Amino acid sequence: MNGGHDLGGMHGLGPINAEPEDAESVFHADWEKRVFGLVRTIGALGRWTSDASRHARERQHPADYLRHSYYENWLVGLEKLLLETGLVTLEELATGKSKELASAEIRSRLLKAEDVAAVLPRGSSAAMPTDTTPRFQPGDRVRAINRHPLGHTREPRYVRGRVGVIHEYHGAHVFPDLSAEGVKVGRHLYGVRFEAAELWGENANDNSAVYVDLWEDYLEPA
Amino acid sequence: MSEHHHHHHHHDHEHTEPPSDLVLRVKSLESLLVEKGLVDPAAIDLLIDAYETKIGPRNGARVVARAWSDPAYKKWLLQDATAAIASLDYTGRQGEHMKVVENTAKRHNLVVCTLCSCYPWPVLGLPPVWYKSAAYRARAVADPRGVLKEFETELAEDVEVRVWDSTSEVRFLVLPERPAGTDDWSEEQLSALVTRNSMIGVEKARSPQEMGSSDERRS
Repeated sequence: MNGGHDLGGMHGLGPINAEPEDAESVFHADWEKRVFGLVRTIGALGRWTSDASRHARERQHPADYLRHSYYENWLVGLEKLLLETGLVTLEELATGKSKELASAEIRSRLLKAEDVAAVLPRGSSAAMPTDTTPRFQPGDRVRAINRHPLGHTREPRYVRGRVGVIHEYHGAHVFPDLSAEGVKVGRHLYGVRFEAAELWGENANDNSAVYVDLWEDYLEPA
Repeated sequence: MSEHHHHHHHHDHEHTEPPSDLVLRVKSLESLLVEKGLVDPAAIDLLIDAYETKIGPRNGARVVARAWSDPAYKKWLLQDATAAIASLDYTGRQGEHMKVVENTAKRHNLVVCTLCSCYPWPVLGLPPVWYKSAAYRARAVADPRGVLKEFETELAEDVEVRVWDSTSEVRFLVLPERPAGTDDWSEEQLSALVTRNSMIGVEKARSPQEMGSSDERRS
């Protein structure tokens, strides 16, 4: 979706104003810590994919997405998914009081404190095989297809319609556009190099390029 | 961290003072989820503690210092970063598919996630506010040299700037250039030169001179 999250190239957002590295704490308020922890622990229940999480944060009015702080967008996304999957009801969310325990099956997946140490070093690979052979090879010229899906996608607006060169093949990874809808299929994934001038025309930085990872569905030969 | 932390900085465009209803909303949600049997608050405490104290940029600094010290390790890191980093026990979420990009005299790499906040957690921890800010996400791809200048990083025109937009589950770590005058330094000494920002690519690694002056400032 062409939402408020797709920011590459936007103007008017002001300076970056980085806090000095030595001075910045990991979290900036206690509520941020709790939101981070809630998203991680509820995520472990396996009711939705990380792409669905991202999409839930994106599905806001762009003004809200940009106005909210980072963890506020996480909170919005979490509340939305809890409601949409029926893990909580609107009434429960409004009152903060449980009307009914979650099902035994769901509760059996609860991330317990004693399991955290074992869970932390474990990742969740995005690699997922596909039967097809890769359509592109390193060195091939490709165009990022000009597409504007209403759902989730990881093809940023600023590359659409632009020509780049396949830099490397990453293997087949879960396709985010479908994963956000709960459908997990593997698709070939490529790192694509775009010259800055191809993306930004006369406003491009000299001697500069942008590398973007793009799934085969986003690409056509150029 | 306390909420008055905010009064000491001027970053209001990105993390504004949370209204008290937001604090209450989070408390209410957590207690609801605990009551429903979906959340163990002690597990949250442990997750927070891990990302505040263990999973942070010192991990990445050790990876970089090893690569500077051991050519075979560096070669492995550039060819198969996921395995080379896992060999130092830095694994977990947001580090499943790692790629390391090397800065040289003629090439400078910069990492961003324009669509959200993708970041290599096992080696760098959770991202700083500025990395997640709309301003950085917007400008890093369109005007990387301008962004670098804002971080007081000046590059000659003949240095190519490569920006890596983290649109997939591949996570990027910049291998900064080893500073001059460190030939006889140990891995541990070297790792002190490796800042978080140098591994994102907005800055270079500290020089021995900068280390000296910052030590003086602290003492």
